Amino acid sequence: MSSGNATSSRIGAAFAAPVTLAASLLNVPLKAWQKLTGNNGMAAFFLAPNMAIFGVFVLVPLVMNFVYSMTSGSGIFLGDRNFVGTGQYARLLECPNYLNPRGCREDLFWTAVHNTVLFVVLQVAFMTVVSMITALILNRRIPARGFWRAVFFFPVLLSPVVVGLIWRWILQRQGLLNFVLFETGFEPVDWLLDRDWAFAATIAVSVWAHMGFYTLILLAGLQAIPKDLYEAAEMDGTRPARVFWRITLPLLTPNLLVVIVLSLIRAVQIFDEAYVLTGGGPGTSTLYLTQYIYEVGFASLLRNPGLAAAASILMGAVLAGLTLIQLQMGRRGERKGKR
Amino acid sequence: MSRVLAFLTRRRGGKGWHWTDIVTWAWLVGGLIVMFGPALWLVFSSFKTPAALAEFPPTLLPVATQTVMVEGYDKPLELYRATTDDGETRTLAQIRRVGIIAQMVDPRDPGTVYKININDRVPVRSVDFATENYVEPMEKNDFTLYLRNSVFVTAIATIITLLTNSMAAFALSKYSFRGRDAVMLLIVATLMVPLPVLLVPLYSVVSTVGLFDTLWGVILPTVATPTGVFLLRQYMLTIPDELIDAARMDHASEWQIYWRIILPLAAPALAVLAIFSVVWRWNDFLWPLVVLSSKENYTLQVGLNTYAGELNVQWHFILAMTVVTMIPVVLVFTFLQRYITSGIAGSGLK
Repeated sequence: MSSGNATSSRIGAAFAAPVTLAASLLNVPLKAWQKLTGNNGMAAFFLAPNMAIFGVFVLVPLVMNFVYSMTSGSGIFLGDRNFVGTGQYARLLECPNYLNPRGCREDLFWTAVHNTVLFVVLQVAFMTVVSMITALILNRRIPARGFWRAVFFFPVLLSPVVVGLIWRWILQRQGLLNFVLFETGFEPVDWLLDRDWAFAATIAVSVWAHMGFYTLILLAGLQAIPKDLYEAAEMDGTRPARVFWRITLPLLTPNLLVVIVLSLIRAVQIFDEAYVLTGGGPGTSTLYLTQYIYEVGFASLLRNPGLAAAASILMGAVLAGLTLIQLQMGRRGERKGKR
Repeated sequence: MSRVLAFLTRRRGGKGWHWTDIVTWAWLVGGLIVMFGPALWLVFSSFKTPAALAEFPPTLLPVATQTVMVEGYDKPLELYRATTDDGETRTLAQIRRVGIIAQMVDPRDPGTVYKININDRVPVRSVDFATENYVEPMEKNDFTLYLRNSVFVTAIATIITLLTNSMAAFALSKYSFRGRDAVMLLIVATLMVPLPVLLVPLYSVVSTVGLFDTLWGVILPTVATPTGVFLLRQYMLTIPDELIDAARMDHASEWQIYWRIILPLAAPALAVLAIFSVVWRWNDFLWPLVVLSSKENYTLQVGLNTYAGELNVQWHFILAMTVVTMIPVVLVFTFLQRYITSGIAGSGLK
């Protein structure tokens, strides 16, 4: 053991040596800079790399997105594009009846909106309930709790492509699920070729992939509830259901809200798993907003970056609202923590 | 066994099994099957030959029909247990099949040809791991390249993320300068603009600076993560200022303070960010999909998706490469789970 540690630390030192050397070489010009500009100048130096990357790849695109959304044409560089004002928004929003996407001018956009809204509502509800139950169960006195927590958490780290492929393999016509159905005497189903089943599959798979994350947040909340409350309830002979409704749920509400808002934010952006699993099909039954933006902006033959930008800004507005709620809740939680 | 049972039923003050215990265990065991089952099924399937993959009902372990080389035939022949006309059961190799009649020979005596009804024979099968599923795509296709690209992107992006984020966090936590709160607000505000919202203009920016279809084009837009800056800043705020004052008394330069004092002390937070960054960058899909156009630049995720999207899906290769893609993340999970769960529980990082 000790020799292994020695070897690994020697390897570590071999890697660290050039880094340390570079760091100490950097010290000379930086010291001069510090003399010249004082500590504030050093703050600027420390901020510079991050803010430069941040500016070029986040802030500039953010501003450009508004410009893009007001232009038309298929060119990707702004110089090749025509200014059309709010034309793209008007095109997206032109619809006699928003509840019937087929009648709208941009029928695909409204189909994607409908699918996304339905997906978000069902997925968040399903996700919250499943992770709540799991957290409650993991919070009980069970043997090997760490192991069980790991079981539910493990898919969170898998890449969406891997998740999509795993389930495509299981849900295909001759897949494992149909085999299980066949063995138990049910009719096999073409899960990914049926519109409704494919839609349900994207919900189920995304819950499978992410529930561990929300379970963990809820579990942290459950473990923060003071034990003496439960002891007092036990002394009074309170029934478990009543304990849940009167103690657990009210005290867990902040965490529950965080879970709901976070999963809302993520569900609105659903893309990777669903795209790999169904590719938006069959037909347009699992076409979600991000995929619409991707296809209109890049993938389709009649690409229209302006329209994609306008759609992404509409989506961004919804997400910004949700994030503001989340930050507000976080601040309230912080204040509570301080008290 | 009885001791295990005693251990399990000891609960609730010896009152025996409450209905909630039954629900608990049903949920846990069901969860074990639903959460682990699919990944295990993937691993088992990835070792099957295309023929075994097409089988219905499927077997759990990869089994294949055994083959044998027989003198006078170029290709290996499949082995069957067959009942011949004289009622004897022999192990025969199949030469060809015409309708429901199979022509077979005894491998030890290739002279005589038996004609056997296909219902009178069963394939000789054994567990056989088709490792060629792993070797072939690595050798023939571009998967070695994809793997290398993914490793490069993950490693470089993580190093840059750690360096730039920790420098920014240091400035934002240990200096007071005009506009600090504005910078902090700006960073927090961009938590609101996820990638899908920036897709179109980001593509244009990356093309303008000449990074389209390069691995650096994949790396750079991801490294200035607001979450990373935020996490490190919160941690650095807990490092006492007295340490920095003492170092200044000893004429340490600001860079030395950052490099020799702040970074080592922030190691736990850096470790959490490093783990998350590795997982994030390894799993990234949408951005590489947009920015990479030539096959030799694909990362594993994009490459896998492209292969899986082909008309003639070669599942045996795809399953094996999916397992390869999964390995680093499973390793991270197995050994570093503690850091990840503490990172999530502590700051809602994901």
